[in-house]
Amino acid sequence: MLKRVHFPASILPYLLVAPQVIITLVFFIWPASQALWQSMLVQDAFGLSTQFVWFENFQALLADPLYLASFKRTAFFSVAVALLSMSYALVLAGFADRVVRGAMTYRTLLIWPYAVAPVLAGALWVFMFNPTLGILSYGLELVGYDWNHKVNGGQAMALVIMAAAWKQVAYNFLFYLAAMQSIPRSVVEAAAIDGAGPMKRFWTIIFPLISPTTFFLLVINAVYAFFDTFGIIHAITQGGPSNATTILVYKVFNDGFVGLDLGSSAAQSVILMVLVIAMTVVQFKFIERKVEY
Amino acid sequence: MVENRRILDLVTHLVLILGVALIALPIWITFVAASHDEVRMTQVPLPLLPGDQFFVNLKATLLGSGLSGTETAPVWQLMLNSLIMALSIAIGKIAISIISAFAIVYFRFPFRMGFFWMIFITLMLPVEVRIVPTFEVVSRLGMLNTYAGLSIPLIASATATFMFRQVFLTIPDEMLESARVDGAGPMRFFRDILLPLSRTNIAALFVIMFIYGWNQYLWPLLITTDSNMGTIVVSIKQMLEAAEQSPQWNIIMMTALLAMLPPILVVIFMQKLFVKGLTETDK
Amino acid sequence: MATITLNDLRKSYGTTEVLHGVQAEIADGEFVVIVGPSGCGKSTLLRMIAGLEKVSEGEIRIGDRIVNKLEPAQRDIAMVFQNYALYPHMSVRRNMAYGLKIRGLPKAEINRRVEEAADILEIGDYLDRKPRQLSGGQRQRVAMGRAIVRDPQVFLFDEPLSNLDAKLRVQMRLEIRKLQKRLGVTSIYVTHDQVEAMTLGDRLMVLNGGYAEQFGTPIELYERPQTVFVAGFIGSPAMNFLPATMAAGTITLENGTRLPGAAGEGALTLGLRPEHLVNDADGPIRLRVALSEQLGANTLVHGTLEGTDSALVVSLDGVRAVTEGDVLSLSIPQDAMHQFDPATGRRLN
Repeated sequence: MLKRVHFPASILPYLLVAPQVIITLVFFIWPASQALWQSMLVQDAFGLSTQFVWFENFQALLADPLYLASFKRTAFFSVAVALLSMSYALVLAGFADRVVRGAMTYRTLLIWPYAVAPVLAGALWVFMFNPTLGILSYGLELVGYDWNHKVNGGQAMALVIMAAAWKQVAYNFLFYLAAMQSIPRSVVEAAAIDGAGPMKRFWTIIFPLISPTTFFLLVINAVYAFFDTFGIIHAITQGGPSNATTILVYKVFNDGFVGLDLGSSAAQSVILMVLVIAMTVVQFKFIERKVEY
Repeated sequence: MVENRRILDLVTHLVLILGVALIALPIWITFVAASHDEVRMTQVPLPLLPGDQFFVNLKATLLGSGLSGTETAPVWQLMLNSLIMALSIAIGKIAISIISAFAIVYFRFPFRMGFFWMIFITLMLPVEVRIVPTFEVVSRLGMLNTYAGLSIPLIASATATFMFRQVFLTIPDEMLESARVDGAGPMRFFRDILLPLSRTNIAALFVIMFIYGWNQYLWPLLITTDSNMGTIVVSIKQMLEAAEQSPQWNIIMMTALLAMLPPILVVIFMQKLFVKGLTETDK
Repeated sequence: MATITLNDLRKSYGTTEVLHGVQAEIADGEFVVIVGPSGCGKSTLLRMIAGLEKVSEGEIRIGDRIVNKLEPAQRDIAMVFQNYALYPHMSVRRNMAYGLKIRGLPKAEINRRVEEAADILEIGDYLDRKPRQLSGGQRQRVAMGRAIVRDPQVFLFDEPLSNLDAKLRVQMRLEIRKLQKRLGVTSIYVTHDQVEAMTLGDRLMVLNGGYAEQFGTPIELYERPQTVFVAGFIGSPAMNFLPATMAAGTITLENGTRLPGAAGEGALTLGLRPEHLVNDADGPIRLRVALSEQLGANTLVHGTLEGTDSALVVSLDGVRAVTEGDVLSLSIPQDAMHQFDPATGRRLN
């Protein structure tokens, strides 16, 4: 944590931490405490008077079927994104790990979607599935499947899941491949000598050995799906149709900036903060910080 | 491994190529869309092979006034704004994080741990969960529609501070002792020893933070109302909305292509640094 | 060049004292080795002299200055670190020049000094290389070079040879010794290796548990160790210690063996160096052999004092054929018998 030897005390260290601390105070801690404060206020319809109501906003939220549905939807969305993107990455990494030469070429070809902004990912996918023009929706129509995510909530959800998972494959692939390549060759060779074929080796040796990475990625993907997918939803569905894709982060934005229900939006922010704190704790406490790379 | 199963090898490459193709599909379609003219892009089925209008579209997109029916600034202006924002965020994050990590690791002073925890807390407060009040702060400070407003609220960084702290902790204590015997003061030590020794970490972090900055969406969406201050990533959404009335998919997809190009190039050409940054900051 | 005085030097971390009043006068140009097992406080002591650790109590003088409160750079010292602490991103030349540059010496003077030091150490050929392109021995030389260019009043060495392989260590040891004689700079050298200590030092300070057990020339320490610890630490193979009692000028061992001794009464720890015991058919000390190690020039015989479990080792000249279970008769000159108080560990005779 600290070096054995230090520079003598002076005003210098305070000057050095000052920029970061001031920005933290002004743009993080102050707004967060404002959110906490506002979450206990109710404003009348004309914004003329506010009233301190303790936890009423929270009670109202937790009694609101729309909010609870959004909660469940977010959980489903996260799990779906994590599973889809992680299994896709796992399969590809499993095969890439077998490639003696060229594994790095495949890596290069697979990692760039990480660099695509979520909102752009959304734009790309919504273009492919555009109900009137999209190439993939056209293809689906040819086989007799009618695609219109603008009216069909299930299809809308499927589309945002695909777009979100697509962007995250790169990250998962990178970590899975690295984890597999850090397994000592001799362990895999020993299993081969014991007579285990490639499939058996993968499921009985490699997959168990990389389970810390799987756990780590689960948390990372959950956090990603919770907080970094706003752009995707905003570009593809705006939360619709009829709230079918309104996840928590989208709802905070929608209630705060579009609906202007500040008390409720603030209460939602506070609940999200608690969620982030919980996830951060999980990430720090239960996961080996240094996933082998 | 000695195991030589040609069929399995074949399957391996087949799966990988298919996997890559599926991932690349959206980009291919974007590229194709950006290379046809406006009329072709309204006829079903849309083309699967590139057309010959790529450079025409490129010119129209970059230098034209954007999409007809939207109020976005010309795309080169948007890209410039994005670049300024991304660079300010990346450089700002690195600068303030490296000096605070330096203070925390190499000095003992009252409230040292307090500052450390304060910085740590930022990890738990992503912008998405405190949008409304942060917006209010920025608007009260008169920072709406400014580069400062776009970047400064995003440059506090616990992950970068942690990474530099980690890097400094692995630098042997003797380095500092030796520098002190040589008569180097704190800032001299920082400049002559720490900075050069952290060079690759700084570069790796820069790659990650540049991508992070360039791809910011929600924040610029909220605080820029003046179209001349918009970023290219945000403009895509406005164009998608306009597309409902006048579909100019060739221009929209060209804009999308331009918007994702800089970070993708950074990832591909600085892959080593990118991977290092990604694994060392743990997101 | 300077004398160094340590006056009742103490160091505490919180409430635990780790150095308990070290006292020493080091003459101008002298080479002093501080030796002791790991954790004895030797590095702490050196780092206090360097100014890298605060002094809790007492006083350090270099020349006629009290340096307690001075920054390392102001003490006019140079230090060679265990892992060399070369700046990895600077060439050898810049490594050596760095301290001089900070002091603001003119460029020509810096160059002159670097070239001169490089000449002395024969590292002129790789002045423009980075440390990672050098072998362990070369890095060691660069670290020395960095110390030499400063032209300090005092050299401080913190286990500088411990990262080298055995052969190189012997070679560098000789070079350090020659260099120090040539430059005549007062030097303090810390090591845990007693052979290194014996061969390098004009005088040795044996440190144990934060106490300076003895401070003297290598031969004094070997011939008249003042404590059981020093006796056991200096010399290889280590000294044998046998419990005994003393009465009326006679020392009686556990198994009843009687040896002539000095005056005194009561319990006693008898110290016998393996190389002072000689094979003698009439010898009173009987060793039951457990195993022997043939080293060519001499033979180390390990066993126990007959009739007891007390370990006893003897070093016999040349090749000797001994087998397990043999009993050897040994004698020892009276002036090679070291007598210690078993309670305090202090020397009695």
